[in-house]
Order: sequence, then structure tokens, then C-alpha cells
Amino acid sequence: MSMKALQVSDVSISYNGSLAIDKVSFDVEEGDLIGIVGPNGAGKTTLFRAILGLQNYSGVIKLFGLEGKKYYSLLPLIGYVSQKVNFEQNFPATVSEVVAMGLLSERKMHKNATILQNCGYCWNRVYKKINKDSDKVLEALKTVNLESYKDRRIGELSGGQLQRVFIAKALVKDPILLILDEPVTGVDVETQNKFYSVIKKINDENKITIVWSSHDLETIAKLANKVACMNRQLFFHGQKEEFFSNKDLLKTYTESAMYMHMHHH
Amino acid sequence: MTLEVFGYAFMQKGLIAGAAIAIICSLMGTFLVLRRYSLFGDALAHMAFGGISVGLFSGVYPLWTAYAVSILGSLGMTKLRKSTNISGDAAIAVLLVSGFGIGVLLISASGGFSVDLFSFLFGSILLISNEDTILILGISAGVVASLVLLRKQLLHFTFDEEQAKVSGLNVDRLNYVFVIIAGITVITSMRLVGILLISALIVLPNITSMLLGKGFKQTVITSMSISMFSVVVGIVLSYYLDLAPSGTIVMISVAILVATLVAKYLGLVGKSTPITKTI
Repeated sequence: MSMKALQVSDVSISYNGSLAIDKVSFDVEEGDLIGIVGPNGAGKTTLFRAILGLQNYSGVIKLFGLEGKKYYSLLPLIGYVSQKVNFEQNFPATVSEVVAMGLLSERKMHKNATILQNCGYCWNRVYKKINKDSDKVLEALKTVNLESYKDRRIGELSGGQLQRVFIAKALVKDPILLILDEPVTGVDVETQNKFYSVIKKINDENKITIVWSSHDLETIAKLANKVACMNRQLFFHGQKEEFFSNKDLLKTYTESAMYMHMHHH
Repeated sequence: MTLEVFGYAFMQKGLIAGAAIAIICSLMGTFLVLRRYSLFGDALAHMAFGGISVGLFSGVYPLWTAYAVSILGSLGMTKLRKSTNISGDAAIAVLLVSGFGIGVLLISASGGFSVDLFSFLFGSILLISNEDTILILGISAGVVASLVLLRKQLLHFTFDEEQAKVSGLNVDRLNYVFVIIAGITVITSMRLVGILLISALIVLPNITSMLLGKGFKQTVITSMSISMFSVVVGIVLSYYLDLAPSGTIVMISVAILVATLVAKYLGLVGKSTPITKTI
């Protein structure tokens, strides 16, 4: 049986007096690529912020079975790509310098990690013969197909390229979990497809557990093996096939998405 | 032209101390400018004016009171920003006017402006003693060492504070350490160009180098070179032209910035990478 990478149990979050998230529970197993679907404003980002320790919540969240202090010691090992990164457009940093920032919280062998996690670290450092930081950065850029951009100034890149740079920044530290919050919003279809293959590769080859949020069902249908569907409350959690064969659920989702959509405009 | 100017002891001291100050100001300035704290240096210096007046008023060595008041003031401002809704630029304004206000108040109470005060306001790099030179060199070495040690943390924190927090950085603590180093840098540098022009050293070389450099490392090195050049040439030129060193240094930095802007406009520099927004 594979290990549970993330366990969310009965998590509620209130925001200015109203419930943004109401008793949400689901598990993510190691190696999963889980799609969190829900309309805009469903609380996906809020939930991620809670997982990342940036938001207070009630309930229990466990990372690899750990909670409390040990949970916080694992936090830096989560790779997180937020929906929008607000950085100075003229920031004088090259692509590789930005990716190297991720090394600040690189996975080191430490006693809190399981033997398996330590082995993963050894494997990357010893067998892949990666021992220099610059090699690690280049390796991460190769994974997202941006190695030829390594010396470009960060502000010169397009939105889709930027998202890939931030994924490389999350990958470079050898994350135990990758959280992507609506990573392809506002990116054209061709770029999206390139992006999907990169994500698939990271999940298949690098065996990294990925939690991916989207309000677009098609994306999830293409990539994920599991789905969690939420709009403040959790409506569904399970295998992708099960979700897409449940016509009632899809109908509810589409209606609530439409409702939210109309509400927003 | 003989280089007699380098033979004078006051010139040597001024140039050595000036070069050290050029380095710390440009290094600290990179982070300050990128964090949109460009006028923070100005606020700290005005706070220092209050500190100096406390020193002159109470008979304590003014530089020490300047350090104390500026560091306390900047920590207070950080706290103010964090715990209230006052925005960054407004908090800087509060710091600036309260520092200068205390200064004007105490000076009027102690009988008006003195030579000492003028040297703090407009700089007096050629009047510094051997002890001052050693102090400036020592503090500069400390500032450079701490910034080099913290460079990765500061870079990540400057680029994206939230991501830095997620990756396990103690952002609040780092922010306090950052403003303390900034405070020390500004007070140490006051001797070169004075309270009123300190922002020039922090901001100008960095804006220029950001127009030129691609990466962070390159930007820092370029900015440091521009800063050193302005200070050294400024001090020497001011001697020959019989002008105030502080104004000369600042105007050379301005000239370099304007020249870079013009060169960029004409397409002479920064053309190496056309901005292509390919997919």
C-alpha cells in the first residue's frame, strides 16, 4: 500500500465571518496526480494556503502522516506554484537565478524524513551525479524545457514560460509534494498542451505527487488520476473515471460553476 | 597633470572611506530599490538628524545617538507597517518628518545650528579623522559580510515574500535584520554625502545598473562599479574644481544615469536581447 502524502480531515476556514471552506476531507496518496476542481471562488486557493501554513483553519491536515511541529518542518519541502506571482517586472534576475532561489529550502537528509525520502535524496545526488547547484538548476530547467532560456532576464518571458520557470523553481528542491494553483490560467491552448506534458513527465518519471487545481474540467480529464470536486464543501473525491461517469455530479458542477460565473460578472 | 591630490592624507582617508561607503550603499541599495524602499534611506537619515541633535543636546557623541535613534526608528516603522494599514510610503513619511521634527526642536532649544550639524547635513568626507576612517572601514566590512551571508535569503525575500515564507524563511525576523543593516549603512554613509543626499548613493547607481544588467549578480557588480567610480571621481574632481564633494559625487551619478538612459533610448546599450514574447 502506498503512503498517504497528504491528509485533509474536516478542514473548515472562515473568512470575514463566512465559511470559505466547510468541513472538507480528502486524502492524496504518494504518486497521485489529483485534480481539485471547483468554480472560481470555491476556496481552492484558500485550502492550499492552509496546507502551506499561510492560513488558519480548524480540522487536521497531515503531511506524510505528520502533524504539528513535524508538519511545519516538512513545509519547506512542498513545491508551490501560486496562481499569480507578483514580482517586479524589471527585477534584475536571470531565469536560472530565479530557479536557484528554490534551492534555499532544498531537501537535505534529516532525521524527520523517512528512509524512503532520504533514499530519494541520495538517488538524485549520487546516481544522477548532480552535486553542483548549477547542475540542479539546469536539470530542473530541462524538465520544463526551458534550458535555452537560462540566461534570459525573468521579465522578458511570457506568462506560460514564467509558470514553467516557477515550476522549475519548485522542482529544484526535490519536493515531496507539488501544489499547482490554476497554473495555466490565461495561457493559450498550445502552451497549455506543452505544459500538460511537462506535468505528466514530472508525475510519471520523477514520481512526484501533484495536487493541481483548475476550474476547467477538460484539463483534469486529461491529466489527473484522481479528482476532488469542491465548492466550499467537498462534493466528490475519488478516481477520475468515477467522477466523469457520474452525470448528476457533472451537472451539479456545471450548474454551480455557471452560477458562480454569473455571480462574478 | 600630476596626481599630487593623492599625496594628501585627508584625500587618502576620504577616498578609502568613500570607496567603502560606495560599496555598502550600492549593495544595500539594490535590495532597498527592489523592495520599493527607495526613500527609506532618506527617512533613516532624517531620523539620524534627530539622533544627532539628541547627541549634541545631551553631550553624547552624536554618531552613537544617530545610530540608536535611526535603528529604533526603522524597527518602529517596520512594526507600524506590519500591525496597521499604513502603507509603506506613508510609513516612510512618518519616520522622515518625526525624525527631522525632533532634530529641529532640539536644535532650536540648544541655541541653533553649529558647524558640526552642517557637516552632517552636507557631508564632510575630507574632514574625517583616522579613527573615523577605521570605524567606517570596520562597519562596512561588517555590512558587506552580513549581506553576502544573507544574499540568498534576501534575494528570495525581495523577489517574492510569500514564496520565501513558504520555503521556510522567517520573513519577519529577516525584515528586522534587513532594516537594522539598512540603518547602520545609512548612518555610516552620512559622512560622505550628508543627510540630504544619502538617497542618491542608494538609488542612482542601482537604477542605472538595472537598466544595463540582466542578472542579479551582474546588476550588483555594475552598480558597485558605478558607485565607486562616482565617489572616487567626484572627490578628486571636487578638489580641482573647488566644489563640495557631496554635490559633485551625486551629480556624477545623475550624469551616468542620464547618459545610460540616452544610450538606451538611442539603442546603443541593452539591445543584446530583443524582448520576444515567444510561447
